[in-house]
Amino acid sequence: MDHLDALEAQSVYILREAFNKFDRMGMLWSLGKDSNVMVWLARKAFLGHVPFPLMFCDTGKKFPEMYAFQKKYAAEWGVNLIVKDCPPIEEIDPTLPPATRSAARKTEALKRLIAERDIQAVIAGIRRDEEATRAKERVFSPRGENAEWDFRDQPPEFWDQFKTDFAPGTHIRIHPILHWTELDIWRYIQRENIPIVDLYFSNNGKRYRSLGDQDITFPIQSEASTIEEIIAELEATTIAERSGRAMDHEAEDAFERLRTAGYM
Amino acid sequence: MTLSSESPALKLVVVGHVDHGKSTLIGRLLHDTDSLPDGKAEAVIKMSERRGMPVEWAFVLDALQAERDQGITIDTTQIFFNTDKRNYVIIDAPGHKEFLKNMVSGAALSDAALLVIDAKDGMQEQSRRHGYILHLLGVRQVAVVINKMDLVEYREERYQELTGEIRKYLSGLGLEAAAIVPISAREGQGMVARPDRMPWYEGPHLVEVLDGFNPPVLPTDRPLRLPVQDVYKFDERRIIAGRIESGRIHTGDRILISPSNKTVTVKSIESWNVKDPALGASAGQSVGITLSEQLFIERGQVISHESNPPIETNVFRARIFWLGKKPLEVGKRYKLKLATNEQTVEVQSIETVIDVENLTSSAGDKLERNGIGEVTLRARAMLALDEFAENPKTGRFVLVDEYDTVGGGIIFMEGYPDQRARGDVRSTNITAVEHRVTPDLRARANGHEGGILWLTGLSGAGKSTLAIEAEQQLFAKGYQVYVLDGDNIRFGLSSDLGFAPEDRAENIRRVGEVAKLFASAGVLVLTAFISPYRADRDRARSIAPDLFHEVYVAADVATCEGRDPKGLYKKARAGEIKDFTGVSAPYEEPVTPELTVDTSDKTVNESVAELLAYVEENFSLTRNGGGR
Repeated sequence: MDHLDALEAQSVYILREAFNKFDRMGMLWSLGKDSNVMVWLARKAFLGHVPFPLMFCDTGKKFPEMYAFQKKYAAEWGVNLIVKDCPPIEEIDPTLPPATRSAARKTEALKRLIAERDIQAVIAGIRRDEEATRAKERVFSPRGENAEWDFRDQPPEFWDQFKTDFAPGTHIRIHPILHWTELDIWRYIQRENIPIVDLYFSNNGKRYRSLGDQDITFPIQSEASTIEEIIAELEATTIAERSGRAMDHEAEDAFERLRTAGYM
Repeated sequence: MTLSSESPALKLVVVGHVDHGKSTLIGRLLHDTDSLPDGKAEAVIKMSERRGMPVEWAFVLDALQAERDQGITIDTTQIFFNTDKRNYVIIDAPGHKEFLKNMVSGAALSDAALLVIDAKDGMQEQSRRHGYILHLLGVRQVAVVINKMDLVEYREERYQELTGEIRKYLSGLGLEAAAIVPISAREGQGMVARPDRMPWYEGPHLVEVLDGFNPPVLPTDRPLRLPVQDVYKFDERRIIAGRIESGRIHTGDRILISPSNKTVTVKSIESWNVKDPALGASAGQSVGITLSEQLFIERGQVISHESNPPIETNVFRARIFWLGKKPLEVGKRYKLKLATNEQTVEVQSIETVIDVENLTSSAGDKLERNGIGEVTLRARAMLALDEFAENPKTGRFVLVDEYDTVGGGIIFMEGYPDQRARGDVRSTNITAVEHRVTPDLRARANGHEGGILWLTGLSGAGKSTLAIEAEQQLFAKGYQVYVLDGDNIRFGLSSDLGFAPEDRAENIRRVGEVAKLFASAGVLVLTAFISPYRADRDRARSIAPDLFHEVYVAADVATCEGRDPKGLYKKARAGEIKDFTGVSAPYEEPVTPELTVDTSDKTVNESVAELLAYVEENFSLTRNGGGR
């Protein structure tokens, strides 16, 4: 069993625990590399099937390449896709810094989707190595009635015994790839030949390392135009993965505020 | 400098008392090994300046506002870093007592641990508690750093003094520190090079110690344990899903399902997006298998091979750590989660509460938050499990109270037998013969019905005395009566058995079978065996449920020890007899016996009279003024 096998086995175990415990559950499919890996892992866990809907909160501002990708693979993989439009920016907390406020539209759409469909659990593809507040996450992470995250009082989680008993009204986020790193993701994409949006590859000396909305996501300088080159680039870099995501950098605690309020 | 991610990172937890400098150590380690992203070191320096303090490397980790303000780590954080040798994930666990649940969450994930101790403060309560919990969690690779050596002028005497104390404590837990390194994280001493301020220190520096730890080894060579996680029927295949916790499995293997005790053959190992179907799988893999027959299988059962199956029991002992806001108490019920199994368990007893300060244990009837103790738990249903020492993955569990995980524990079976059914009929081609002499005919000939009076109680409670006396008096009244006791069973039928829990259980099973034969022959059988385990007596009852009458011969340990007719208690107290009931092995009182005879404040004659009255009432054909 190699490193990728071990990561895969753990993710499969988590997804199977989640599926056993929740009837009304959905997986966030943001179309980024991590969420594509996550969908792939679900098909591994359930032997080719994805036995819950994939959910997409549409800001209307994704790259055209992303929408095309979604159309193609939703059909090819035969998944049950639910698209939810995000509310306009005017409905979002105006005290947030601009890019943070823009990102918060997704949180609001997700909250509404959860309410409409009475969803108990949402599977999200965050990773501990991405960002400091995500490093503190649990695999099964309870949220309050308004989706808020209380990082000060998280349940104990050890020996793969996740929190599966809840007071009524509790909502759960499940993080099956929390233990993966960015490099792990790329190596797995390479091994499994998982499709990804072309924007990750270099075009005119630039590529996207992390994908979000067009107006708040910026490309990095890069000549990497194949997965091999991306892996080589990442092995040498000391720049953070989310450096191209504006909302992480507007204030010392911007991302923390987003996550406390229910952002992924 | 970055390494390839092809090999898994070693997971290292950093524990210790609050304010002993764990976060500073990690921040400094990241900086000194060139593992910080661009600009992070500058940001930390700027952040420190803004707060008007010297460079605080702990800020590297403290991404959350709340933490910076309080200056303590609330939750575990995971930090990726590397040395020339390999990648690491550091888990920074909070040292504050309030956050023990977070420390446990972090430490349970780790392959090795680093215990940080303040050179000035020395070992503090949480240093000790964390050490103990590492031991309970099964983390066996531990190194210690004595931090803030700058505060004690880098003195060797202080290092030597603390080293002696630390080694002594850890050896009391059965742990040995890989090294005890004197460092100053703030001043960068002893982290990635020999500490030039401590020329007297000749041991390895911190990074050398970390690089000396071994990566985890998957238990592929242990007996197979595959706890069933779920059963899927997405298409025409019926797939049993689960993760192999230990051992290997192959198609064509004959497997045993516990605790239902059914056997079946593995037909296939299923997977998706692989070139060739797998013929085998091993520890660590999440698999889906199909079986040769459609057996009823559900989540929580454990798949093993027929040889080396897990222990089956409904009662076990455990060393636990308690995280609940409400204390653990005798008689309380919790949800047990063991691998994928979930069952209700009751706390039968708390044997000891452990004081982490000096590792002494005392008796207690509750275990408070953050406490550690030894308990006996009883489930309603049979469980398949292992001792932690034999198989950690299936020998540990958590307890849930209402919605929350309130504790974790590791299992040991000392004093309790494996209850895996020995009574299974292994012979085949047995045809039942129909008797023409019915129980009724026998009863009429004897003037009483046959039956079993199962006397249970501590050694010295008076079982044999009572049985022999009753036998004599009943015989005088015309009863067909016979006593089965240690003397006539142990020297013959059970001469191959000793006194280990398994042997005692088997002995009781045999007595149950023999008693049934006597009772079926119309005889009134009195059995006089300690029979300390509820499960064994229940099994004896199940052999002949209509004939079985449980008689609890009650007397407390002190009374029995005072009598000590055979001098056994004295020997047991002196350690000359192992597994002696009431002293070094448990006695489980009957819950609903048909009769209780309390001998502690009665003469023999008074006790016998009670037993005889019960017999007349229940077995004589002339009871209630007439036959039938």
